[in-house]
Amino acid sequence: MSDVSQPAAHPPVTDWVNDFDHTDPQWTEDPFPIWEELRAASPLVHTERFLGCYMPTTYEAVREIANDTEHFSSRRIIVRDVRPEVARNAAPPITSDPPVHKPAKQLLLPPFTPDAMKKLEPRMRAICNELIDGFIADGRVDAAARYSKYIPVRAIAHMLGIPESDSDLFITWIHMILELGIKDETKLLQAVQEMSAYFRTHIEERRSKPTDDLISYLMNAKDKEGQPLEESHVLGSLRLLLIAGIDTTWSAIGSSLWHLARTPVDRERLIAEPELIPTAVEELLRAYSPVTMAREVVKETTVSGCPVKAGNMVLLSFPAANRDPKMFPDADKVVIDRRENRHAAFGLGIHRCVGSNLARMEMQVALEEWLKRIPDFALDPAGTVTWSQGTVRGPRQLPFLLGKAM
Amino acid sequence: MAERLKVHVDPDKCQGHARCKALAPELFELDEYGNAHEVGDGTVPPGLEDKAWLAKSNCPEIAIDVIEE
Repeated sequence: MSDVSQPAAHPPVTDWVNDFDHTDPQWTEDPFPIWEELRAASPLVHTERFLGCYMPTTYEAVREIANDTEHFSSRRIIVRDVRPEVARNAAPPITSDPPVHKPAKQLLLPPFTPDAMKKLEPRMRAICNELIDGFIADGRVDAAARYSKYIPVRAIAHMLGIPESDSDLFITWIHMILELGIKDETKLLQAVQEMSAYFRTHIEERRSKPTDDLISYLMNAKDKEGQPLEESHVLGSLRLLLIAGIDTTWSAIGSSLWHLARTPVDRERLIAEPELIPTAVEELLRAYSPVTMAREVVKETTVSGCPVKAGNMVLLSFPAANRDPKMFPDADKVVIDRRENRHAAFGLGIHRCVGSNLARMEMQVALEEWLKRIPDFALDPAGTVTWSQGTVRGPRQLPFLLGKAM
Repeated sequence: MAERLKVHVDPDKCQGHARCKALAPELFELDEYGNAHEVGDGTVPPGLEDKAWLAKSNCPEIAIDVIEE
């Protein structure tokens, strides 16, 4: 049946250097050897897929592009099969370029400072323990489905002031946007519409009954001319906070637990020296960075000496940058007490993740509370670990056996 | 005599990763947006030299200078 809304199948990749595809099952399963091969070939590779797309393979090339907003626009931030019109799904400030970017970003920064996150920490610890209570007696758990997934979704719901019990709804939208939406635009648009309708209801409620949460904060925010934000700006920012805050940290917590399940020596060290956990979080963020962003080339230039032509997309892989051995000694090893770590897991330049302090706090608390209550755990040999496809990488199925092995 | 160190954050490069504040809270402060600047004139009190270098080597934006006086 030929239905235009059906996602196009991608032919399998046989030549990674000239025909890479970040949606290929091999990339999803184990991208690290692929990045190594691409890096050995060139600091910048290109594919004809996705209507033409580059990928910088070194930390330096990623930094160059992230800092060059003149040639690389953020108006499209997901590499997809299609290039829908730009304005429709705008989510400032992540889809904004200078000079629009700065005021939109500054608006979102104050609620996400480290001090603001400290106030949220007790609620996070309680959430983690409620989740652990739900499965600890079973002796086994899918830690992605029952733990890592719900920590960020509940945190951001708490901050936005929307019911934590709507978590599964938010997770469905995010799956439609970030995974299904790469190849099937109708799914993406449907999710965006549903989210906007959802938030409109919550905005309406707050007009008569203002609250102390992020939705009210954005409704009351003023732009640089002192005017209230347009509704489209408020809705775009709310969609962004919900999307960006969830499967990213879900992935980071999941990958961290996956590593600790397979690496008893690191696990035991963190239990013996919990003060090392913040350092370990940085290293796990480096080694298993979940988020790959994108840019669109708007003006011809060069990157690390390689020519770049307008009209192409750029797969801006912070995860690949973080595995560059020129930047990180033993880049392919998790060095749990790595002292020097300029990792780019939260991006570089003006688009640094606005939620980085939230994500760090969530990861730290999630690992601390887990290790306190479940010091021994391992992958369940009877189960299968599966990884998300596309822009955000992390385990979506993470079967563990809990307790000491028999 | 041990050398005296001063730290300085380049406000044009800082993007608010806040690594310096996490690693050396005695030497760095954050503004309301979470962007960093050095405490006072940046003079590193004796005993905190390691933290100054650690903050510098963990800044993703290479925004921190450690100046040896």
